[in-house]
Amino acid sequence: MHTVPWLTILLIVPIAGALVVALLPKGTNTLAKQLTLVITLAELVLAVLATIAYEPDKPGFQFAQSHDWIKQFGVSYSVGADGISIVLILLAAILVPVVVLASWHEAEQGKRGVKAFFSLLLALQAGMVGVFAATDVFLFYVFFEAILIPMYFLIGSYGSPKEQTQRSYAAVKFLLYSLFGGLLMLAAVIGLYVVSVHQLGHGTFDFAALRQMEISEDTQKWLFLGFFIAFAIKAPLFPFHTWLPDAGAQSPTGGAVLLVGVLDKVGTFGLIRYCIPLFPDAADYFAPLVLALAVIGIFYGALLAIGQRDMKRLVSYTSLAHFGFIALGCFAFTSQAGTGAVLYMVNHGLSTGLLFLVVGFLVSRRGSRDVDAYGGMAKVTPLLAGVFLIAGLSSLALPGLNSFVSEFLVLVGTFTEYRALAIVATCGIVLAAIYVLHLYKRTMTGPVVHEENKLVADLSLREKLVVAPVVALIVALGVYPKPLIDIIRPTVTATFTDVGHHDPAPTVPVAGVTTTGGHS
Amino acid sequence: MSAAPVVVLAQTAQTAATTIPPIQTPHVEYSSISPMLIVLGLAFVGILVEAFAGPESRRRLQPLLAFLGFAAAFIAVVLLHARRATLVSGALAVDGPTLFLQGTILLFGLFAVLLVAERRLDSSGGAIVASAAVTPGSTGSTAMQTSKDVQTEAYPLLAFSVSGMLMFVSSNNLLVMFVALEILSLPLYLLAGLARRRRLLSQEAALKYFLLGAFSSAFFLYGLAMVYGYAGTVNLGGIADAAGTVGSNDTYLYLGVGLLAVGFFFKIGAAPFHSWTPDVYQGSPTPVTAFMAAATKVAAFGGLLRVFYVSFGALRWDWRPVVWGVAILTMAIGAVLALTQRDIKRMLAYSAIAHAGFLLVGLAAANTDGLSGSMFYLVTYGFTTIAAFAVVSLVRTSDGEASDLSQWQGLGKTSPWLAGIFAFLLLALAGIPLTSGFTGKFAVFQSAIEGDATPLVVIALVCSAIAAFFYVRVIVLMFFSDPPADGPVVVTRPTLTYATVGVGALVTLLLGVVPQPLLDLANHAAASGFVR
Repeated sequence: MHTVPWLTILLIVPIAGALVVALLPKGTNTLAKQLTLVITLAELVLAVLATIAYEPDKPGFQFAQSHDWIKQFGVSYSVGADGISIVLILLAAILVPVVVLASWHEAEQGKRGVKAFFSLLLALQAGMVGVFAATDVFLFYVFFEAILIPMYFLIGSYGSPKEQTQRSYAAVKFLLYSLFGGLLMLAAVIGLYVVSVHQLGHGTFDFAALRQMEISEDTQKWLFLGFFIAFAIKAPLFPFHTWLPDAGAQSPTGGAVLLVGVLDKVGTFGLIRYCIPLFPDAADYFAPLVLALAVIGIFYGALLAIGQRDMKRLVSYTSLAHFGFIALGCFAFTSQAGTGAVLYMVNHGLSTGLLFLVVGFLVSRRGSRDVDAYGGMAKVTPLLAGVFLIAGLSSLALPGLNSFVSEFLVLVGTFTEYRALAIVATCGIVLAAIYVLHLYKRTMTGPVVHEENKLVADLSLREKLVVAPVVALIVALGVYPKPLIDIIRPTVTATFTDVGHHDPAPTVPVAGVTTTGGHS
Repeated sequence: MSAAPVVVLAQTAQTAATTIPPIQTPHVEYSSISPMLIVLGLAFVGILVEAFAGPESRRRLQPLLAFLGFAAAFIAVVLLHARRATLVSGALAVDGPTLFLQGTILLFGLFAVLLVAERRLDSSGGAIVASAAVTPGSTGSTAMQTSKDVQTEAYPLLAFSVSGMLMFVSSNNLLVMFVALEILSLPLYLLAGLARRRRLLSQEAALKYFLLGAFSSAFFLYGLAMVYGYAGTVNLGGIADAAGTVGSNDTYLYLGVGLLAVGFFFKIGAAPFHSWTPDVYQGSPTPVTAFMAAATKVAAFGGLLRVFYVSFGALRWDWRPVVWGVAILTMAIGAVLALTQRDIKRMLAYSAIAHAGFLLVGLAAANTDGLSGSMFYLVTYGFTTIAAFAVVSLVRTSDGEASDLSQWQGLGKTSPWLAGIFAFLLLALAGIPLTSGFTGKFAVFQSAIEGDATPLVVIALVCSAIAAFFYVRVIVLMFFSDPPADGPVVVTRPTLTYATVGVGALVTLLLGVVPQPLLDLANHAAASGFVR
């Protein structure tokens, strides 16, 4: 099994699919949809197989491949998976077919046609696999920028149909924010290359080689900032988040799911994969700043979410709060918090993804994102309301659902290092309960205030099929998250150990409690 | 200079042959300057064709001749690829950078011929005027709009200009360089005034270009005189030797460097000498604009690189701050003013200014990587910009090109392929990965960071981000807005322009995905450096 180039296959399948779907002859829209669904399901099967083939306790990158690309700059096509990237690839592979099914009719009202929509989705998937799989910093940067283009067109061409100006505004804002961050990162990427020329004698972008370098602290700080700002815009962290509510609100439902569910994870993934291992001293130096931003984000996002009337904006702001938790976990430098942060990335993808899907279903029925246009929907659409509640409860990290595990790990892991921050951040959970339950109360409970809402249909069979797997995963990962944690933990521990952060010994020794899994 | 030998000759005629060296006629290696000779010959043949062939056969013969001539000269450059020498008593230099840049100029020349030769753009024919001498607004001018005639002098003018460019990048002597500068510029001034539509704008462009160009030539000449006053020679290598020693009259040298730089900065369109660019790019016939944007930039930059690396290499600590300043100003002005443009050609002109600034970042690197990076960038930028202008010439309304940005609304709906290609080219100009624009920027910026110009690179990247905004704005217009009722028509079946667009876009993609072969070539050309 080790010789199978899983990552390259995972990369090629959606690229080939995107080309085929785009080149289908006119009048084959249904075929395009079916073909896309088949391709994304095949990709899901492949991703699951790859995850099974992945051996969590083996150090270093697995399924690694490397071929020279641009020799002049020491650029290679290098891919490899570690515990962090493989679960995020899996997350993308799970969400894309869900999105395809959810967007079955959505593309028809777009500007560009159905085939282009599904082709863009597949291109987006290829970019997501590439960005997580790349082990060459240059290749990573290329994918990092390349995924902007399909997303840009998804927002601009297929977003909310009635608001053309706001839609292209959101698309442009998204693109420019990301481009700006990307260009700062490019400066840092080139800087890293030049450092490698001086230190290793030959320029390289190979992640493993770059990691071995001893970079002076001043240089580290600048390079760290270049990467960090790009990732902070992408993730997004406070105060780089202002594009997210616009993009989230104006995206088509499927686009929003992938944007917030997977694409934004590139930012947090970059923090833990690139910022911390490559620039450990700078990461130490800036950690208080990042942690402060994270905690501010948790509260700021939650408070703004409480005040929103636009449901999609509301969900976007909740994400800002969640990204605060993830960043907190990454920069607490304990393996518990780090593992929790990575697990949070997956869980947030599922719970916010589901939330966007349900809100999207609701909006598509009534054509309004305004909270006040609803009320009492639980009576009319009980099933939809139920799923809405599950998504919301997952979002507020109810014990027994997936997010609880990750949020708990983050807070526990942070507590051992930064007691005060962990205590403050925990209060964010209360705010999360407010925005979720308040939203549910305003839209779903009480009497049906608007006459036209009485005729709204409940979830159709297609929509049930869309939400069922996500709901199942949310419950399953809440009850039994061990398989994922087993994959994530060794990599996170190795990352932090490598940069000299060992978990502090528990101050109150408790017999029988050890943190390692202890199985091989 | 020859006075003394003449006197000696008169006195002792018998011993003259043995004791006094004869006047040295330079040995000319015709094979090594064959690219220049071919193009110059082509220009003269073109003039003869103008004189003797009828209008109909001229229209068919001239493009063919020009195309074959440029192709032959390109083959000559390829055959010469390993040649490294100074020729004609050190007046010309053939070396890696020369040949690389000459090849580039000739390729751009080929595409310019294709664009100029395009006759299917509208009912009356191509982009070149029927009769340039007819006064706009006079009785003849309306008939001229629909006339099938074409001012076929455009082709010999193009050939003259290209021959000047070829000479400019291989000049090893400031005086020859000045001559080459004039040969390349004068035909361009004329070409700028040959647009078929909007004659007044075109003539204004020609006049502006001529007046300002003459100014800059004067600056160049003045600088040349100063440098000669300092070094006692116009030979680039000799100037380098003189500049390397500690002299007493550094003032002349610095004045000379500054004035020469003004001449160069004018030609590449760097701020604060850029103000002609938007007007001239807008008024010129679009094929000529494409040619100017691509080839003139290559030639002027080639000359600039040679003079600054060869002659003033020892002074780099003195001119680098100036180049920094000019680069920053150029990038900022290009990127910011492009934001405010409503005309697509003016926008691309300001984008050309911004790109001149990015190229200057490569000059500020002042190392071999900077040289190869700049040359690579010139190729990538040239192909992309030619293709972009070719697309501009295709989107038309009933009275010529739809140059106003508002007319481009919804083009993505009416002609998705063309709009898609144009969007791709714009993304390349913005420097998105997997396009040649990104590889070029990367090559230049990497060399600049190695050359201790990191702050400059950061500024350049910020300017790239600003520049991305106006490229993206056009994409938004094309794809996210609905087409107006009386929107522009995309001309069907203009084969030659399609070919140019196709090749330009393909090269843009290939150099983004597999840039290694061209990078190797540029490296190889730059590694041997300039001969002197």
